[in-house]
Amino acid sequence: MPQINMVQAINDALRLAMQRDPRVLVMGEDVGKVGGVFRVTAGLHEEFGEARVIDTPLSEGGIIGTAIGMALYGLVPVPEIQFSDFIFPAYDQIVSELAKMRWRSGGEYSAKMVIRTPVGGGIRGGLYHSQSPEAQFIHVAGLKVVCPSNPYDAKGLLLASIADPDPVLFFEPKRVYRAAKGEVPEGPYTVELGKAAIAREGAHVTVVAWGAMLYEALEAAHQASARGVEAEVIDLRTLWPLDIDTVVASVKKTGRVVVVHEAPRTCGLGGEIVSLITERAFTHLEAPPARVTGFDTPFPYTTELDYLPLAHRILPAIVDAARY
Amino acid sequence: MLRVPIPEGPDAGLFRVLRDDGSADPANDPFLSPEQLGAMHRQMRRLRVLEARMVVLQRQGRVGFYGSCTGQEATPIAVGLALSPDDWVFPALRESAIMLVRGFALTSYIAQVFGNSRDLLKGRQMPSHMSGRSVNQVSWSSCIGPQIPQAVGCAMAMQRAGKREIAVGFSGDGATSQPDFHNAMTFAARFAAPCLIICQNNHWSISVPTAKQTASATIAVKGRAYGVPSVRVDGNDVLAVYVAVRDAAARARDGGGPSFIECVTYRMGAHSTSDDPTRYRSNEEVESWARKDPLDRLERYLRRAGLLDDAALAALDDELKAEVERAIDEVEPAPPPSREQLFEDVYASPTWPLLEQRAALSQVPKAESPH
Repeated sequence: MPQINMVQAINDALRLAMQRDPRVLVMGEDVGKVGGVFRVTAGLHEEFGEARVIDTPLSEGGIIGTAIGMALYGLVPVPEIQFSDFIFPAYDQIVSELAKMRWRSGGEYSAKMVIRTPVGGGIRGGLYHSQSPEAQFIHVAGLKVVCPSNPYDAKGLLLASIADPDPVLFFEPKRVYRAAKGEVPEGPYTVELGKAAIAREGAHVTVVAWGAMLYEALEAAHQASARGVEAEVIDLRTLWPLDIDTVVASVKKTGRVVVVHEAPRTCGLGGEIVSLITERAFTHLEAPPARVTGFDTPFPYTTELDYLPLAHRILPAIVDAARY
Repeated sequence: MLRVPIPEGPDAGLFRVLRDDGSADPANDPFLSPEQLGAMHRQMRRLRVLEARMVVLQRQGRVGFYGSCTGQEATPIAVGLALSPDDWVFPALRESAIMLVRGFALTSYIAQVFGNSRDLLKGRQMPSHMSGRSVNQVSWSSCIGPQIPQAVGCAMAMQRAGKREIAVGFSGDGATSQPDFHNAMTFAARFAAPCLIICQNNHWSISVPTAKQTASATIAVKGRAYGVPSVRVDGNDVLAVYVAVRDAAARARDGGGPSFIECVTYRMGAHSTSDDPTRYRSNEEVESWARKDPLDRLERYLRRAGLLDDAALAALDDELKAEVERAIDEVEPAPPPSREQLFEDVYASPTWPLLEQRAALSQVPKAESPH
């Protein structure tokens, strides 16, 4: 099997989806001739033409607003928001319209689409090319939210997202766009939405992570092992609806949990995960659930490595939980 | 010294068909048949009767809210009659009734106002947010403007499908201040989308008059900078709106791209049943617009043409009032939707958090109905 990176895997998934289903189209800023600022849509314009790979005007609200109209009519748009930091001009269209379309119409209408957008820090992008706004969409009824960590999952989850009947926000961790490589089968396959993966087995502490921070969690687990602490690392993959059964089963085994995310701590997804665990596995807990997260500050330019929950910040949380 | 000349393009006057004396301008008259005129009049009159009745229902505490289109009936009726069944409609607050013109049942429409189990929307939306897939009409949201780029996107999809269908998106004058209006214009023109964007300029965004909404001389002129052909129409002249919409629709179907139509009209009633317009506008202003009432204008024309008299009008009113009353009587007794339906349609299938929450709700007694 070929070794490819996440950019190539997502590109492969888009090409396959467009080949298989004429309703699928790609639209966004710079997605056409240049193939997107991260080259994720490279070659699609040549293969499918400008009617299906649409360079749009520079307006995120316009991109999602028109994509909703297309989806209502029966197309399956896969709009790209160039950076997830730029998604907020489209926030009303996403949360007030897209997310509520099926419900508010009594099930008569739906607007199926997959919004792809690079997420997270680590590329020296400062406060407007680095944020992780996933919780702001999970808090809205009607959306599914996905964040793969590796090429195999990226391709399979994107194909599953395009096939899913509900609107999906597909966050692509740009820090590992090219760094994360792996074997990816040719041809179509799906990775089921709502299923987490055990990235590393361990008996002492559960670590829940996703996207680029999965690799920091794995590195911290590796270092903890040298101190005699075996961490079980869960790659959440689908952030909502999350795989609560896998998370709770692991915590019931370990009795300890550390949740890692780049987004600011307060009202982040980590808080929800800790609440769900506490409700379901309270009597199994041997230590207070811990969060290792970004801070309640804007995302910094020069000091981004201090902001991110890297392995050196996750390691003490794992060890503390184990020794509590 | 300034050397660059600043052009001051004159804005074309209002496009009109119906003159004050009840005659029609032969240059613009669509020459509808007596049957078409009768249908147009019946629809306008029914809408006038319906809106008045719905406001009374709210005052009686039988429904929670209503936003009436009284005084603005010409545009929804003209648009409904000018479109084809396969076209799509994305209304704002005061155009929901287009769906009635296009065959949506009055009982289902009124059931939405009651929000009970007869309501296709399962009691989820406030009154005046109707939608119906059977007539290709999507509801607006109470947020102002989002439906306009949605109409444009729908039209872009129609264009791709190679159909001769069009989409129509509506706004009020206030919505033309929103980014969504700008986005819709930008995309519509850039992609030559087969759509109509129609603004009902009723002079008031709740309490803010158009003069305080924008420094733009007209609303129509806003469309021109985007490359969208834009016209200004007497929105209280149902024949003028009909001609403008029919022509713009034909151009869109023939690949001629989008049009923007400003319909100049007036909101005769309150913004909604939650509003008191006497706090911010004068009786004199309301009276001056009452003299331009769109229904009076059409009836003056019909009388002059020998198509209407007092007896016929009285009989029609009795018939329409009875029709509305029958529809109310039929749907009002329906029970409320079940509370379990709250959890349906959030996703195609309920997710585990929704199933848990539904189960938890079923364990507690039902809340007392506020209505």
